[in-house]
Amino acid sequence: MFGLDKKDTSKLIIVACLALLAPFILNPFPTDSALAQFNAGYPDLMQRFVIFGIFAIGFNILFGLTGYLSFGHAAFLGVGSYSAVWMFKLIGMNVIPAIVLSVIVAGLFALLIGFVSLRRSGIYFSILTLAFAQMSFNLAYSVLTPITNGETGLQLTLEDPRILGVSATADGSIPVTNLFGLEMRSTFELALGPWAFQFNAGYYLCALIMLAAFYLAIRIFRSPFGMMLRAVKSNQQRMNYTGLNTRPYTLAAFVISGMYAGLAGGLMASMDPLAGAERMQWTASGEVVLMTILGGAGTLIGPVLGAGFIKYFENIFSKINDNVLHTWFSFLPDGMEDAVVFIIHPFIGKGWHLTLGILFMLVVIFLPGGLVEGGQRIKGWLSRRKAKDGGKAAGETNPAE
Amino acid sequence: MGILEVKDVGKRFGGLQALSDVNLSVQENSVHAIIGPNGAGKSTLLNCLVGKLIPDTGSVMFDGQSVLGRAPYEINQMGISRVFQTPEIFGDLTVLENMMIPCFAKRDGAFELNALSAVLKQKDILQKAEHMLEEMNMADKRHMNAAAMSRGDKRRLEIGMCLSQEPRLLLLDEPTAGMARADTNNTIDLLKQISDERDITIAIIEHDMHVVFSLANRITVLAQGTPLVEDDPQNIRGNPKVREAYLGESA
Repeated sequence: MFGLDKKDTSKLIIVACLALLAPFILNPFPTDSALAQFNAGYPDLMQRFVIFGIFAIGFNILFGLTGYLSFGHAAFLGVGSYSAVWMFKLIGMNVIPAIVLSVIVAGLFALLIGFVSLRRSGIYFSILTLAFAQMSFNLAYSVLTPITNGETGLQLTLEDPRILGVSATADGSIPVTNLFGLEMRSTFELALGPWAFQFNAGYYLCALIMLAAFYLAIRIFRSPFGMMLRAVKSNQQRMNYTGLNTRPYTLAAFVISGMYAGLAGGLMASMDPLAGAERMQWTASGEVVLMTILGGAGTLIGPVLGAGFIKYFENIFSKINDNVLHTWFSFLPDGMEDAVVFIIHPFIGKGWHLTLGILFMLVVIFLPGGLVEGGQRIKGWLSRRKAKDGGKAAGETNPAE
Repeated sequence: MGILEVKDVGKRFGGLQALSDVNLSVQENSVHAIIGPNGAGKSTLLNCLVGKLIPDTGSVMFDGQSVLGRAPYEINQMGISRVFQTPEIFGDLTVLENMMIPCFAKRDGAFELNALSAVLKQKDILQKAEHMLEEMNMADKRHMNAAAMSRGDKRRLEIGMCLSQEPRLLLLDEPTAGMARADTNNTIDLLKQISDERDITIAIIEHDMHVVFSLANRITVLAQGTPLVEDDPQNIRGNPKVREAYLGESA
């Protein structure tokens, strides 16, 4: 289907189901239950899942295929966000021109940074991209204040021209982002017994774009271009002596992944029209590296899983506090309860990074292929067990024959 | 006029004159061996031919065109393929993919942004790669990871990859170094077959005299960065200067 083979089509269908049914899948617990705080089916959180999914899918095209580890991809995300917000300020609140411009600007920016950084490989390349990203961050924070609005971040105001729209709505407030009139924030709530599911227009736009981005990534992985990128990772010397110029291949991969990051940034601004310099900081670049490695670098579905995993932890674990723990462990005797809460305390709330760090360590050490490898191992173990059971059953019937 | 003409090439690394006044003419469709003791400058010379090093003086002409100042991939596209001392293949890719990449390089040139068509739909490339694998007797290994093969098989694959580009000149850098006797003989047979069946020139750098004398029809002896003699194999065998270079004056 769509020019993909059976295996890839099934991957696409799995991701499509996960994305389109996310409001159900992420809200498994009734609203009033004690476990309701593990629900993640809220519009802004789901939007973040798929937007960071796009970011990680793009990053994986560079890192997973060519092995070039960029530590500055957040710069493209930030540039995309700024471009989109400027579009909202100058042109109008429709998200399409904003998203298109953010992809184009991020692509041009990636062309510039990639052209310089790709003169080196390995650790030097990583450091160069990191330096460029930090430079962009600092510029956005200080010198470029007229464009980026510095520390405050770029926001919409009532004085913005918006030549194809209105500066202010009839009731005097700032207009909201929309897709040809469909407001991004509009949410339809479905109450089913004790459950409440939320379907948000902005989320579904992001999800559809993520599916398109994922489909494009599959096509790139299976194309001759993708094969050349894997060849770059495997042996550049052989490539050069096989009449292939590695530089434009790596540069193309860098620009494509930069455009994915720009797309993610543009979508972020389309969901919530503001852009701050902190989006470009190195921690944000590091996060996408973690997502890709945690999910499985070089695999198709890994980055999406990794992005979802990390964003879930960030938002859910950080919300658990001591009070919540006390209610969970209230069945224990007083002293024990306090002791247990004391032990768990560093791993929750603001300490969720510690939990994430431990999980990341465990994954990298025991599952170098990321969550995808974990999935494969479970699948392999199940099929072996099945085969064993089958063998046993056959063994038992044999004597009777 | 040979297909490869090396004139007055010199190369200095700091205080070491690695090559000086190297003159060499490789005739079309010959098998030309370059031999010499350790440190004679064989590898330096080879690197000057493929664009890895640029000589300080002199010229290198391939088929009437200068190769100096061109990048390795450009020189390869001119028609020179190189086989390395330790096989350089794409270890993470399958054997079939390894064979397809040079076919793409031959068809599409040094760069082609072919990002949306599937590899499996490139029937001409697939067919050519499969054909080459059969010729190299490795069709049964097509879905194996290239890194998992034995050294002899890697060498065969590398030679096959070079041949699928249909080069006019094949450069081999000690192709049998570190090989067992049986593998060495297989490689000799393979190279003989290639030179007999194809319209190709082979230049080979080699240490092993057994390989040199069973393949070459022209030999250049290099010593201390300069060609000592260039002659037919039977004359090289008895040449006292060559013996001296290899075994020292007392011999």
